[in-house]
Amino acid sequence: MITKNPGSWDFHGGIHRPDCKSMSAGKYLGKVPLPETLVLPLQQHIGAMAEPTVKVGDQVLKGQTIARVTEYIGAPIHAPTSGTVTAIEEHPVPHPSGLSAPCIVLQVDGKDTWDELPEPLPYFDDMDPSLLRERIRWAGIVGLGGAAFPTSVKVNHGPDRPIQTLVVNGAECEPYITCDDLLMREQADRVVEGIKVLLYVVDAEECLIGIEDNKPEAIAAMRKAVAESGLKDVQVVQVPTRYPMGGEKQLIKVLTGKEVPSNGIPSEIGVICVNVATAAAVTDAVMAGRPLLSRLVTVTGEGISTPGNLEVPFGVAMSHVIEQAGGYTDKAYKLILGGPMMGFTLGDDALPVTKGSNCLLAASREEAPPPDKARPCIRCGKCMDACPAQLLPQQLYWYARARDFEKTQEYNLFDCIECGCCSWVCPSHIPLVQYYRFAKTETWALEKEKRQAEDARRRHEARVERLERLERERKARLRQKKEALQKKTAAGGADPKKAAVEAAVKRVAEKKARQAEAEKSTEESS
Amino acid sequence: MKLPVHTSPYGSLPNNVTRVMGEVLLALVPGIIALVYYFGWGVLINIGIAVTTALAAEAGVLRLRKRPVRPALTDLSATVTAVLLAIALPPLTPWWMTVLGVLFAIVMVKHLYGGLGYNPFNPAMAAYVLLLVSFPVAMTQWLPPVLLNEHPLSFVQTLSAIFGGGLPDHLTWDTITSATPLDAMREQLKMNKTISEIAQNPMWGDFGARGWEWVGNWFLLGGLFLLWRKVITWHIPFAMIAGLLLASGLFWLFDPESMPFPGFHLFSGGMILGAFFIATDPVTAATTSKGRLVYGFLIGLTVFIIRTWGGYPDAVAFAVLLMNMAAPTIDYYTQPRVFGARDKDNA
Repeated sequence: MITKNPGSWDFHGGIHRPDCKSMSAGKYLGKVPLPETLVLPLQQHIGAMAEPTVKVGDQVLKGQTIARVTEYIGAPIHAPTSGTVTAIEEHPVPHPSGLSAPCIVLQVDGKDTWDELPEPLPYFDDMDPSLLRERIRWAGIVGLGGAAFPTSVKVNHGPDRPIQTLVVNGAECEPYITCDDLLMREQADRVVEGIKVLLYVVDAEECLIGIEDNKPEAIAAMRKAVAESGLKDVQVVQVPTRYPMGGEKQLIKVLTGKEVPSNGIPSEIGVICVNVATAAAVTDAVMAGRPLLSRLVTVTGEGISTPGNLEVPFGVAMSHVIEQAGGYTDKAYKLILGGPMMGFTLGDDALPVTKGSNCLLAASREEAPPPDKARPCIRCGKCMDACPAQLLPQQLYWYARARDFEKTQEYNLFDCIECGCCSWVCPSHIPLVQYYRFAKTETWALEKEKRQAEDARRRHEARVERLERLERERKARLRQKKEALQKKTAAGGADPKKAAVEAAVKRVAEKKARQAEAEKSTEESS
Repeated sequence: MKLPVHTSPYGSLPNNVTRVMGEVLLALVPGIIALVYYFGWGVLINIGIAVTTALAAEAGVLRLRKRPVRPALTDLSATVTAVLLAIALPPLTPWWMTVLGVLFAIVMVKHLYGGLGYNPFNPAMAAYVLLLVSFPVAMTQWLPPVLLNEHPLSFVQTLSAIFGGGLPDHLTWDTITSATPLDAMREQLKMNKTISEIAQNPMWGDFGARGWEWVGNWFLLGGLFLLWRKVITWHIPFAMIAGLLLASGLFWLFDPESMPFPGFHLFSGGMILGAFFIATDPVTAATTSKGRLVYGFLIGLTVFIIRTWGGYPDAVAFAVLLMNMAAPTIDYYTQPRVFGARDKDNA
């Protein structure tokens, strides 16, 4: 069934804030030249950390798998260029915690020699979709909108969940970010080619491409590419500019009118949602046999001399990327990875660009002032009006503050998508999302503790039971032995030996008696 | 290179508490001007006394609680409480009553419960009720509106009446004060007069009491400003007015001679002020959208019940305090449907 009037629905709440995209929109600054070393974190995605398949000192070629997946949810890492592995060690990575994580350090040889690649699959529609999924998995493709969830897992929805709609996310609702915009403007064909593959892989009936109406050039380019592709039931839908339109659940709601169930995933309602850049990466993997080695990154903000978008191989230090954008201006104050609503500040710019790095925002003090001191909550309910998940953020805050994690769950804490709308509108400037992240981590910790306690209890019970069973068995054996013994003693009167002896004695006695009698009679007769 | 680390979202946030409270004060201005016009300088003097006391009390308590004083004073919340109480008091209230009321509101009702955001009861209304039950006579001695006032007091005369309790020689309290319209209506209904007889009195205007109805109109204008500025939502004022009109309208239809016209209820006493400025106090009101409707409706209903059968002529303060108690329960039972909730429609 094809969705009627796609884009005619709405989601609750959300905010309008200046999108600040004009600084970098439509500006392509080229491909970042390779630095001397690349630092490739083994964890650039949601799921299990990849496992290195190379050793220190190994020569690797461009496109070669240098770390493989170990679990179903995971993605491999490839060498973005040729060179030598110089270390596999802990290195600071872009993560809100600011902690280090295992990385492969690659000394670039400058030759950029390709490894042997798997063959392109231009006639993919004759193939078993599972082979294409395998190709997507091999290519290390993850969601490039920022969340970095492995795409191969996403498109493996299973036979019991038929897919009606493939939603392609070109909303790019976060202010400042323009890399998807640029991709759609300049490489719309590549995106549409990927859509064609994905439509085949998930066997969807239609594809809806959602783009916010502040990107008219992207909408026009995508419409043109769709028309030229001859694809039927693929529609570019212009959606209103309102944050968080690009949130997966929000975009699906606006395009199809369907709500992803609480604690559920889109495939439950027959929808799969991928980012436009992810679709383009699928094209490379299938049509060219090329793995995911680089991505478009927006480098912007008043702290950047020449804001724009760059093609950045993974592992390149952010400081190097920023140099390519003309370096910092005097106004640079904060470095944010991602957008201003959901991104996080980096304490340092010597961190590598990874698969999820969509934007480097060097903000001025005016753009991102230091946070005010929070004032008391006056329960005005602005947060509730802004919450796209239709939660009661004021109540969640109340309970999170009181560390009442049962109540926070009762008030659907885990439906919070951490979009930051509540914090944005709060007149008391309370970092609400921070409280929800805290409550979530605490709840996970408590659940883990509970699980561990439960395991311990079960182990203890099992042990007690085992000991009891052993004791029972031992007693049973003893009892059996005893019983057997008792039986023996009970049958002791009829002991055959004794009886034989007795019988023999009897016989002897009888014999003697007979003999004596016979002697007697002989004596008498003689 | 070391950079500052803060949490998202980044940017200058569009709203703050001072702006919210400041707009509430701004929205009160037309109504206050009308009050001053109809009832004299006493209104302004009361506001002056109340605000000074409130700021001093707030600063004092915060110092005792070892909390920063400046942010609390600049958030204007104490000022809003003081102004709301001051305009609810009769224009010639003795200064010490105003001071006592404000101290009670700020120290007992607000800070003993934890300060801004933690008080279960509306401070201005709690203080008003304290004064009403403690000094019932003084609290019902209103001045007649300027159109009917034969002895308007000058600014200096008003000052001396409020601070010294003294009136110019030729006047007595009985000659200058009069009952509020709600009180008058109530007393005369008790005397078995019909509404049409009562309405002969020149104190009645087009749809409410003369003077009072215009004060109500100007407060309504301020309320609409708050709605436009999105400081408040429509739920509470709408539901509160609906509750009052529905109840009073129903009874009026059955018995128009002994039940006042709904418009009279609406534009008398503290109804408009209460609906837009007092019941909407977010700290003490219900917080969910549905809950706000329930909360507002029950206040409107309670106002009618107390005015008609209760012991007090006006009832907004009592109704608000009663519903303050009910607010947490109302919130609990009116939680909105969460996005993607696994209910019947979205299994």
